Amino acid sequence: MPTPRLSITLIQRPFPRIVLTSLWFGLLSLPLMMELKAPFFGLERPLLVSAGVAMAGLMRLAVSQRGGPGAERVQRMVGSIGGAVRHLTEQIDRRVIYVVAVASAVVIPLSLNRYHIDILTQVGIYVTLALGLNIVVGLAGLLDLGYVAFYAVGAYTYGLLSTRVGLSFWEVLPLGALLAAIFGILLGIPVLRLRGDYLAIVTLGFGEMIRITLNNWDSVTRGPNGILGIARPRLLGFTFSSPIDYYYLILVIVLLTIFVVDRLNQSRIGRAWTAMRDDEVAAEAMGINLMKAKLLAFGLGATWAGLAGVFFAAKMTFISPESFTFFESVIILCMVVLGGMGSVLGVILGASMLVILPEMMRQFALYRMLIFGGAMVVMMVLRPQGLIASSRRGIALGPKDRQGSASAAVTSPQKMG
Amino acid sequence: MPLLEIRKLSLSFGGLRAIDMIDLTVEADEIVGLIGPNGAGKTTLFNCVTGIVPPTSGEILYRGESLTGLRPDQVAAKGVSRTFQNIRLFREMTVLENVMVGGHCRMRAGVAGAIFRPKAVIKEEEGLAAKALELLRFVGLEQKEDLWARQLPYGDQRRLEIARAMAGDPSLLLLDEPACGMNPQETNALMELIHLIRKRGITVLLIEHQMKMVMGISDRLVVLDHGIKIAEGTPEAVRADPAVIGAYLGKESIGAQTG
Repeated sequence: MPTPRLSITLIQRPFPRIVLTSLWFGLLSLPLMMELKAPFFGLERPLLVSAGVAMAGLMRLAVSQRGGPGAERVQRMVGSIGGAVRHLTEQIDRRVIYVVAVASAVVIPLSLNRYHIDILTQVGIYVTLALGLNIVVGLAGLLDLGYVAFYAVGAYTYGLLSTRVGLSFWEVLPLGALLAAIFGILLGIPVLRLRGDYLAIVTLGFGEMIRITLNNWDSVTRGPNGILGIARPRLLGFTFSSPIDYYYLILVIVLLTIFVVDRLNQSRIGRAWTAMRDDEVAAEAMGINLMKAKLLAFGLGATWAGLAGVFFAAKMTFISPESFTFFESVIILCMVVLGGMGSVLGVILGASMLVILPEMMRQFALYRMLIFGGAMVVMMVLRPQGLIASSRRGIALGPKDRQGSASAAVTSPQKMG
Repeated sequence: MPLLEIRKLSLSFGGLRAIDMIDLTVEADEIVGLIGPNGAGKTTLFNCVTGIVPPTSGEILYRGESLTGLRPDQVAAKGVSRTFQNIRLFREMTVLENVMVGGHCRMRAGVAGAIFRPKAVIKEEEGLAAKALELLRFVGLEQKEDLWARQLPYGDQRRLEIARAMAGDPSLLLLDEPACGMNPQETNALMELIHLIRKRGITVLLIEHQMKMVMGISDRLVVLDHGIKIAEGTPEAVRADPAVIGAYLGKESIGAQTG
């Protein structure tokens, strides 16, 4: 069979491969030729993309011919940076790192302008959301494409209870989280037996259901007009109004989220989730109640979306179904995957990047989605495990403790025998 | 009272009778070997006992209590644990964590315990970690607790499965082809290990294809063929049984008529 072989070798040869790849990317970027009045009908933009891709391909070829495949080298480089960071964090006392991180999160915004503080607040909202989704997707391995629904539940809980009943922010905060958790469990019940693709489709449908209900239930939610005039949070006579107030509020929520998610991760429950993600049959045979573990994951994951939703409503003082589209779910999922599924630090990094980078690229508004998509593709090819791969270790046992308990086990073998 | 008593157990997949009216008893402190040609229904029998597949009819009694209709996690909590023929470790967890998962059903910490981490929970976790390390040493995997499960060589993975199954303090351990893929030295070490497991007061029911091993280690053998129990007895008796020879070598070889 000479014909198919030819096409295969053509793709495998470096130069045809580079040419074809660059043309393909040029084709993909055709939507960029929006300004038809521009010289060459805007065709120079796709051509520019093609040229860029071709350049990158040639550079990679040059690198790989000097020794070692380029992709592997890049991966090793990224990996060694991650390893160095982890090594460094292991050298220094953890508590010192925590204190420094929290202190800089508290102090640095004082020198920033309102716009930057607003972006940081956004980062906080998305970190909370991504850490919550990380429980469901990263730890328990349940693909959830409708996560934004719980965000909406939290936001509308505060929106409605504030405007109709007059409950305060602090009263609704736990209520919203609880209600989101209940919705999480409600979603969990019908999907207990589903896995992979089917689970993704059902959760996607659930997310859309919530959004469409909010959009159409005019008498309660005012439909697409949304809810206006949601009360700002108040604390001991102080009203949260400037961006920095909200920043500190979300910082507290984020710290709480990190603390709880990390504790859950490093517990018997986190272990059960990870085991379930790796092999359901074996997990069940080892005594893990799959139903309970899955419902816990859905419920505890949704809780954080509820908290973030209440905060979001309080900060914007206006909410509408537009803020809770499928695209939001996808972005949050990208944060989890990009950062590193199951890794708390990775997810924080992923969320920060996906909020801050698009803001930095505002002047290239037209190219934003293209760059975003391209970056995701490159990332998944080069480093599918995410920026910071999760590192699970023995629970709450440092190396010293471990030796101690090991020798304790040696000295009392009779008890076991 | 026998530790495990299976009465008239049957399982059909559509028209296929994977297990047909099997009776089987295992006494405490026994090592019982379950043998038979491929497709005889050995692993299916394990799946029925551990609740992975519900049987069509029949009864499974463990210490006189029925296991029929229980979920796998409930069976594990009763004290019946197992390993898998095609290794099913938690690949993206460490060796130590794999064993600790095995102890899941013996712990009680819930969500509040995980978040607030009171002294009792820390003690429970440390106790489990110490037990897991002891089990790893017991099966010969000391110093490997921080490796990923997927990094272990094949024989070590099989031993890790045994340690994981033992972490739930079972009284009955079902081993599904533990020597599969092992070289002769590893097999000998495994036989030694199974003897030591029995010494700890754990009864062993094992499926095995390596005849030298299963004959050497079992007090009693049960032979299945096409879902039916065709023989039972001491290794010597089973080895000489014409029905067993027929099942393994083909019925013509002993001159019996095929149905």
